[in-house]
Amino acid sequence: MARINSPEELEQFRKELLSTRDPSTPCISVCAGAGCLASGAAEVIAAFRTELETQGLTARVQIKGTGCPGFCERGPVVVIYPEEICYLQVKPEDVPEIISQTIKEKKVVERLLYVEPSTGEKTTYESDIPFYKHQKRHIIGSNIKIDPKTIDDYLFIGGYSALAKVLFGMTPEAVLEEVKKSNLRGRGGGGFPAGRKWEGSRDAPEEIKYVIVNADEGDPGAFMDRALLEGNPHSILEGLIIGAYAIGSHEGYVYVRQEYPLAVENITLAIERAEAYGFLGKDILGSGFDFTVMVHQGAGAFVCGESTALMTALEGRPGEPRPKYIRSNVKGLWDRPSVLNNVETWANVPLIINRGADWFTQFGTEGSKGTKIFSLVGKIANTGLVEVPMGITLRDIIHKIGGGIPGGKKFKAVQTGGPSGGCIPESLLDLEVGFDELSKVGSMMGSGGMIVMDEDTCMVDVARYFLNFLTDESCGKCVPCREGMRQMLKVLTNITQGKGKAGDIELLQELSEVAKDASLCALGQSAPNPFLSTLQYFRDEYEAHIQERRCPALSCKELISFYIDPLKCTACMICLRQCPSDAIIGGKRQVHVVVQEKCTKCGTCFDACPSRFGAVMKLSGEPVPPPIPEEDRMIARESKQK
Amino acid sequence: MNQIRLQIDGKTVYATEGMTLVAAAQTAGIDIPTLCHHEQLEPYGGCRICTVEVDLRGWTRLVAACVYPVAPDLVVRTRSAKIDKTRKMILELLLAHAPDAWELQALAKEYGADRDRFEQEASFCIHCGLCVRYCDEVIKKNAVGFVDRGTRREISFIPEIAAKECWNCKACFPLCPTSALQAAYVLCQALNAPPPPSLPPE
Repeated sequence: MARINSPEELEQFRKELLSTRDPSTPCISVCAGAGCLASGAAEVIAAFRTELETQGLTARVQIKGTGCPGFCERGPVVVIYPEEICYLQVKPEDVPEIISQTIKEKKVVERLLYVEPSTGEKTTYESDIPFYKHQKRHIIGSNIKIDPKTIDDYLFIGGYSALAKVLFGMTPEAVLEEVKKSNLRGRGGGGFPAGRKWEGSRDAPEEIKYVIVNADEGDPGAFMDRALLEGNPHSILEGLIIGAYAIGSHEGYVYVRQEYPLAVENITLAIERAEAYGFLGKDILGSGFDFTVMVHQGAGAFVCGESTALMTALEGRPGEPRPKYIRSNVKGLWDRPSVLNNVETWANVPLIINRGADWFTQFGTEGSKGTKIFSLVGKIANTGLVEVPMGITLRDIIHKIGGGIPGGKKFKAVQTGGPSGGCIPESLLDLEVGFDELSKVGSMMGSGGMIVMDEDTCMVDVARYFLNFLTDESCGKCVPCREGMRQMLKVLTNITQGKGKAGDIELLQELSEVAKDASLCALGQSAPNPFLSTLQYFRDEYEAHIQERRCPALSCKELISFYIDPLKCTACMICLRQCPSDAIIGGKRQVHVVVQEKCTKCGTCFDACPSRFGAVMKLSGEPVPPPIPEEDRMIARESKQK
Repeated sequence: MNQIRLQIDGKTVYATEGMTLVAAAQTAGIDIPTLCHHEQLEPYGGCRICTVEVDLRGWTRLVAACVYPVAPDLVVRTRSAKIDKTRKMILELLLAHAPDAWELQALAKEYGADRDRFEQEASFCIHCGLCVRYCDEVIKKNAVGFVDRGTRREISFIPEIAAKECWNCKACFPLCPTSALQAAYVLCQALNAPPPPSLPPE
């Protein structure tokens, strides 16, 4: 491919691209994102290729591995264009039928469609599936149309037109004004207005400035940046180049964790392609503007998502935060003005340029505009990535899009904002999602993690879990974070083990206050949030653990006992055979008994006992009834003896 | 260079641009306690014992005085109930590591910190980083460094460098507020012990 040297050449090239693709040509898009690949998407793609070849259809049907559309729960996801027929959980064995039925006969393979669990109703088209229907997929919606290994798919859907518009029709100041007007706020956690950050860098006197993509996504259960970087890397590059133009930077970095090998591969490939086409490098599109991008692989530290730690790591030093009293947009990487924005923030920029700030601001709340991608995980029917307009309620995300809690369990809390976010209870589910709204209830937007918890989740244990994560991921530089969390984790662990004592809650509160006030970076300052928010909304659980040695969710191992109800046990031997520590005694027609001294509380018996018996129980805060006398353990067989 | 006028504990103080609050306070004879601060080293902001209050645009914030730059008309308080409470907790957290370090004991007396509030930790090191930074920034040998992160963070000599550089330097020894550094050095020496003479063939 020859370099594109002007906006006219770009449009000419796009025209040619459009003319080569007949919109009625069938195209099979298979999600090749990390989630679907893990459930066998590569084999499905290979099966399609082989089948198309044996049927002699290679020339007439397009097949591609694309970015992640978000419905990870039902992967591998296949969408067939132009009709947009959506098949879920496709296996290689399904491929011949899809080709013969859908591609050749234009018939729908019913059994692969989405089935609404509550009604049994089937949905044929992607956009009609409830999971997608209530979303506003401005950013992630393109993923399924794009083979991220090529640049042509992105150009096909209008890619790099915003860049051309900016370079040839807008001054840097005008770009800055548009972004400011859109009130785009950082999607990485802080929610700082991107336009103001850019302006600070632009106005800084240093001549050399940098723009950086923060792709060091490290929250447990969060994968939206990964899906964008893997699925549509050019949209991020385009945003980055526009940002560089606006602030007057000629050098950019993509800081991506090496645990995301596919993201590293796809962004590296995208940079090569963009350079070849003339979207990167010297004299971009013949505009005279120069800009290069380099990929830096992070070594996998959560704290390196913090802006100053990330920059320190980019400089080749240990990834530790430094004081931020002078903002990094003025004095950042190598002490030069550096604009660091998250993947999703950059991906929003081309949209704002193309459609205008007025279009962007029509979505969202007063303080939070546009859409936000959340990774919806935990005890939720539809695990996956969802992009919703700001201002949607948590209830709509969880119930309408997420499909509610599986297994007939009750919702307990949703944890937003990653490990240093907070847990929001049922009573606040009608909260509108936005940066300030979430902060007000003691949580935060963070980068968009959303972990749903049901009634079986112990909130004290949740706080302990996140504290444990943060203790591990703290850089260890400052005392309130390193030492404060060490002590907090000890106290919380003790509470979950039934060793809590009076004064523990107050001590945790005191440690939290010092960590919030005196820690060096946002990691330490927000680390107490999991504790503080669970205490705020679930104080009774803390008190039950400490005062009654009881875990209300029946989850903390040290505080529960397994007990077999002799009236319900049918002596079926299932739990007895499966117990890994031989802690269940009994026999045929002999009621089973858990020997408490031998029980390791692994829960195997609880899971194994058929639900129609439900004989295995968890007890907490009450003594285990003594085993029934041996002579009473015989069960008389009524039915079978007849 | 421009003179910057600010207020520390009610006193008007003149400072130059780029100065930290600790340095500015020192010129006015106001003492802010520090543990990780050293004249010859880059400001670090690790121990947070120098936490002070500043009034900025109508907000009161706690900041680390050893890294916070002076600014015109800044109002700084080096003691308040909040500051004292923070410093007391920081001391108690560090005393769990080094209950007998005299610097900590002196401050503990001042702030009423209880040396036994937390269970005694195994390591004496309070991670002030003086040894690591001095070896890096002044001696320029990097013979001692931090390993691991979070609560597992420790100082450690790099045996290959330490064997060559440390025996006649030891400039970091007097900097250590606890005995952790020397302990680490002794452990490292053990690693560098000459190999045993090979046994004569039988």
